[in-house]
Amino acid sequence: MPLNMIVCCKQVLDPEAPPASFKIDSSSNKVVPPPGVPPVVSPFDEQAVEAALRIKDQQGGKITVLSLGNNLLRDVVKKPLSMGADELILLEDEAFEGGDSWSIANALATAIKKIGEYDLIFCGRQAADWDAGQVGSGIAEILGIPSVTVAKKVEATDGKAKVERVIADGYQVIEVTLPALITVSNELGEARYATLKGIMAAAKKQPTVWKPADIGLEPSQIGAAGRRAKLLKLFQPVKEGKCEVIEADTPAEAGAQLAAKLREAKVI
Amino acid sequence: MAEYKGIMVYGEIVEGKLSSITTEILGCGRRLADELKEELSCILVGETLGDAPKKAIAFGADKVYTAEDPLLKEYQTDSYVAVMEKAVKDVSPRVLLLGQTSVGRDLAPRLAFRLGGTLSMDCMELSIDPATKQLQQTRSVYGGNARATFTSEIFPQIATVRQKAMTPLACDESRKGEIAPIKVELDPAKIRTKVLETVKEEVVGIKLEDAQSVVAGGRGIGGPEGFQQLEELAKVLKGAVGASRPPCDNKWVPDTMQVGLTGKIVTPELYIAVGLSGASQHIAGCSGAKNIIAINKDPEANIFKEARFGVVGDWKQVLPAFTEKVKELLAG
Repeated sequence: MPLNMIVCCKQVLDPEAPPASFKIDSSSNKVVPPPGVPPVVSPFDEQAVEAALRIKDQQGGKITVLSLGNNLLRDVVKKPLSMGADELILLEDEAFEGGDSWSIANALATAIKKIGEYDLIFCGRQAADWDAGQVGSGIAEILGIPSVTVAKKVEATDGKAKVERVIADGYQVIEVTLPALITVSNELGEARYATLKGIMAAAKKQPTVWKPADIGLEPSQIGAAGRRAKLLKLFQPVKEGKCEVIEADTPAEAGAQLAAKLREAKVI
Repeated sequence: MAEYKGIMVYGEIVEGKLSSITTEILGCGRRLADELKEELSCILVGETLGDAPKKAIAFGADKVYTAEDPLLKEYQTDSYVAVMEKAVKDVSPRVLLLGQTSVGRDLAPRLAFRLGGTLSMDCMELSIDPATKQLQQTRSVYGGNARATFTSEIFPQIATVRQKAMTPLACDESRKGEIAPIKVELDPAKIRTKVLETVKEEVVGIKLEDAQSVVAGGRGIGGPEGFQQLEELAKVLKGAVGASRPPCDNKWVPDTMQVGLTGKIVTPELYIAVGLSGASQHIAGCSGAKNIIAINKDPEANIFKEARFGVVGDWKQVLPAFTEKVKELLAG
């Protein structure tokens, strides 16, 4: 049976950028985007798109991608379309900036109500910027639908989904009634690459852009104004960075000397 | 409106015993409650709780709320959130602490949104601002590249706590406390999930989380065969083998071996990182190790910023000699 699926995708600073390029502007408590490194779709969200695509491959369906933010780069937020998603809706406005889990989940859930029909909603387990891990469960709670988090496999049949949920020592197989929200973890496996055909098709598609008023929200309810959690301080942990590098004539010799060094330092 | 008072800890029971993270957050909760001069309570939820309520008192709780019901045999979002919603509304603590575990990371956000409170996940430091009595929560953000401190004026303030970030009190069986059962009224029709199966993928030998020595491999190991060499070193050190994300994603090793932000948090005495670049997301899982040792051919690799000792070189040539020498030293 074809399913209506919605995937929430966040544009974030590339988490694979070298750690040395990571800088904070402490006067504004904001991260300074590294020059020359374009933003990406948060990797767990890409895997959420992959989870939806696998279901579409099996039984057909429609995938609507929802992204929230400001100044969203079309090349970035269109990536799920080039992977095979059908539609893209952007909640894009200056007023969406600076939100917390609460105001973001509220705006996404309100937009999902406007979309109306859905069987499955997918989110990444957490976004690669704030690592908050709350938005998926928050959307489900606001919509009043069940949620299963940290999934590595999702199948849907007969109005139900069977989800493998990652736990510390393995996984659980959980059956959940639809509609439901699933958050996806990296154990699902790599997201597929965009095909050339997909990229061409995505280039032709125009995203639908919704402003706060289009989903019936006041500026006071969204972004920084709608926050419940207050950020006091954003900082980089101080690192001593005093590594004693063992040097020797050959790598094998260095290995043996390293062992001797550990004994000397009473580490072994 | 009720006054929010006291600290509440959500306790977990693993294999019939109070879990180690529960004792850690009880230790942290005790400190915060003492600063506030308020009560530390613990809530335990399950089918049967055994002697865990008494243990929770021995580890620092003043009062233990117990919720026992056959429907609570396994963790399920709907049933546990319903029980916790009622308990938190009845007790109205200013702060609720949970562990950053499989259960905590699912239960906490759903509960926070239901209660309309605020939540910080995976906190590494917690303190009370004496002026406002608000909880300040410090957690890792941007994949471990930065930390952020949050607070809120909305109660209850909820936080999940990173494993091994807090120190438990010594277990004191003579501590006095009260145990108060709470009434569970669950409607099975409102539980929208069913646990069909639980599959354990336990690795043989010493558990990664408990090991005092961990040998971890990264992308540079190149395949499952290389991990056999790490296994050999781990055996010599009576430790366990871990991995960063790429070896898990490439299925060289099971996912349960992943150390990092979204994997396991380990705090061994010795952490030997082999062929592992040391991405922030990985460091988040091992930065609590006493001694990090790096073997990597790239002198610019981030892991050298974390390590105490290191060798710049191809691990395939460094490791066999290292393992041999360690074996010799430990035998002597």
